[in-house]
Amino acid sequence: MALSVTDLRVYYRTLKGDVKALDGVTFDVADGEIMGIAGESGCGKTTLGKALIRLDNRMRHAGGTVALDGEKLPIADDAAMRRHRYREVSLIPQYAMSAMNPTRKIGKMIRDLLAAHGVRYAEVLPELERRLALVGLDAEVLKRYPIELSGGMKQRVVLVLSTLLNPSLLIGDEVTSALDVSSQKAVARALVEFRDHGFVRSMVVITHDISVLFQVADTILVMYAGHLAEKAPARTIIDEPLHPYTKMLIGALPQVGDRYDEQQLSGIEGRPPSLLNPPTGCRFRDRCPLAHDRCAEAPPFREVAEGHQVACWAVS
Amino acid sequence: MLTLDRLDKVYRTGTFGTSDLHAVRQVTLDVQRGEVVSLIGESGSGKSTIGKMVLHLLDSSGGTITFDGRDVTHLGFRARREYYRKVQGVFQDPFSSFNPIFKVDRTFETLRRSYFPRVSSSDWRGRLEEALAAVSLEPGDILGKFPHQLSGGQLQRLLIARALLLDIELLVADEIISMLDASTRIDVLNLLVELKSRGLGILFVTHDLSLGNYVSDRVVILYKGRVVERGVTAAVFDDPLHPYTRDLLASVPHLDRTWEDVEAEEAERSAALAGRCLYHEALAAQGRALGEEASAADGDDVGLVEHSPGHFVGCFRLAAGDPCPAGA
Repeated sequence: MALSVTDLRVYYRTLKGDVKALDGVTFDVADGEIMGIAGESGCGKTTLGKALIRLDNRMRHAGGTVALDGEKLPIADDAAMRRHRYREVSLIPQYAMSAMNPTRKIGKMIRDLLAAHGVRYAEVLPELERRLALVGLDAEVLKRYPIELSGGMKQRVVLVLSTLLNPSLLIGDEVTSALDVSSQKAVARALVEFRDHGFVRSMVVITHDISVLFQVADTILVMYAGHLAEKAPARTIIDEPLHPYTKMLIGALPQVGDRYDEQQLSGIEGRPPSLLNPPTGCRFRDRCPLAHDRCAEAPPFREVAEGHQVACWAVS
Repeated sequence: MLTLDRLDKVYRTGTFGTSDLHAVRQVTLDVQRGEVVSLIGESGSGKSTIGKMVLHLLDSSGGTITFDGRDVTHLGFRARREYYRKVQGVFQDPFSSFNPIFKVDRTFETLRRSYFPRVSSSDWRGRLEEALAAVSLEPGDILGKFPHQLSGGQLQRLLIARALLLDIELLVADEIISMLDASTRIDVLNLLVELKSRGLGILFVTHDLSLGNYVSDRVVILYKGRVVERGVTAAVFDDPLHPYTRDLLASVPHLDRTWEDVEAEEAERSAALAGRCLYHEALAAQGRALGEEASAADGDDVGLVEHSPGHFVGCFRLAAGDPCPAGA
């Protein structure tokens, strides 16, 4: 088991109290698995990604453990985590491509990053160039400034530099969002290729776009309001979802073939609950068509079939 | 209703405007009443520029815009005000469309002050409630709230309601759902279709092909400022002709097919069209019918030919400066 997360709770400190953005999450990511995390904004997917690498000062580790390759990660200890960051766990944050230093050439920026982790640039340069070629970039880009590259090129540079030290786990937060469809496809393909070449052992890909996950991920985890709703192989999530939320979410996606006149899709009524004082029981209760009395009690996230876990009383 | 005829936009870029960027090249299209026309293109295709020129947020550099038979390419201050009674826009980011320090009601209040100073309070309230009902919002849930208290979908619908208060005929919807969550975006899309059935014309600007396909009657595919293909939605999506459209459609992530499946399908079509250019083939056929002078007349190659009824395609070269693959 590459990554094993047990009952992880991460709260945001606010003046009004704790916002329970991640409230008891348990899942595993196998070696060589690309797991996609999907959900609406505010469901805790980005918090989950960040919690695996660095808690910023608003975030509080309220319980639970994270183990990578059998070793427990000291996620609440910022200084102790430093040893693991980049070498073992690497993160591509949201908008990473827009966060590149505009005054530094790409090569210089990578040199700085490596120096910060005690690695010599000259040593990894041949490998760096090889990987750039693999994602279809010329070694020439190292001599360019970020402004000279297109969005898709920048995102591929970010992918190469974040996996340069062959981490066990790569977390990609919205790596394909904000790209045109053709660059989106190139970046998504590069993710899979990097896993296939063993540059990263396993991956967690966070996005709101389920159709991209279907193309790249082996398994998809659906989150709702800080809880896990369902985890299953990608095809199962799309073709035979069990959780009512997953069903409604998939049902709300227009396909390229869908036309309004032929098939009218519908959204999900209502909004996710506030996580400041979340309701007890199943958090999807208020929007769920199948809600009944038992939903006042939180449903366990249990396995209903091989590799298929669901948190819903109506599914058993 | 709205007709763009060979619309051009050139941006001055570089230090002191030393170089030109031809963002929109000779774009011709039209939107009829009760119709959704999607303007589909990737970043840099000029789709938003076209939307902004229609809304008079940008001046055009050439060509004409006609609305209800009247030339509206250049409008003075007064005329523009009247124009905005008929044509309104809604943009991508609902949060930045509202001033965060005021309640959302202020948006409607300013509208009333500028356009309906003589309408009484109670009458106005009635109209407001009607407009909110049209976008399926409950006035009690919305009015008196600050923008941060509402969801993106609610704000976006509020902006549409604001446009409806003006009794508009054309709505320019520029990427209005790309910032919304999957669970709410479909409701906004359905709302657009509903408005369409009430006679509104909608110019729907998007980069998302599945959204464009879902709502629109006709689509216009743009690449680097040039219309490469346009026509009835089903015709374009089922039988894409231009190499760019084909490539674009093959890149869309599907939920039922993997990219490999789509590519295999596309390879077949590409093989059949390799080295050909339907535009020049059609021109040549026309030329043979009309004599040589007729085909030579259309020298700038920005036009489109009707490949099948309601399905137009342009020359198969990609960028404006590229050579035509058929060597014509």
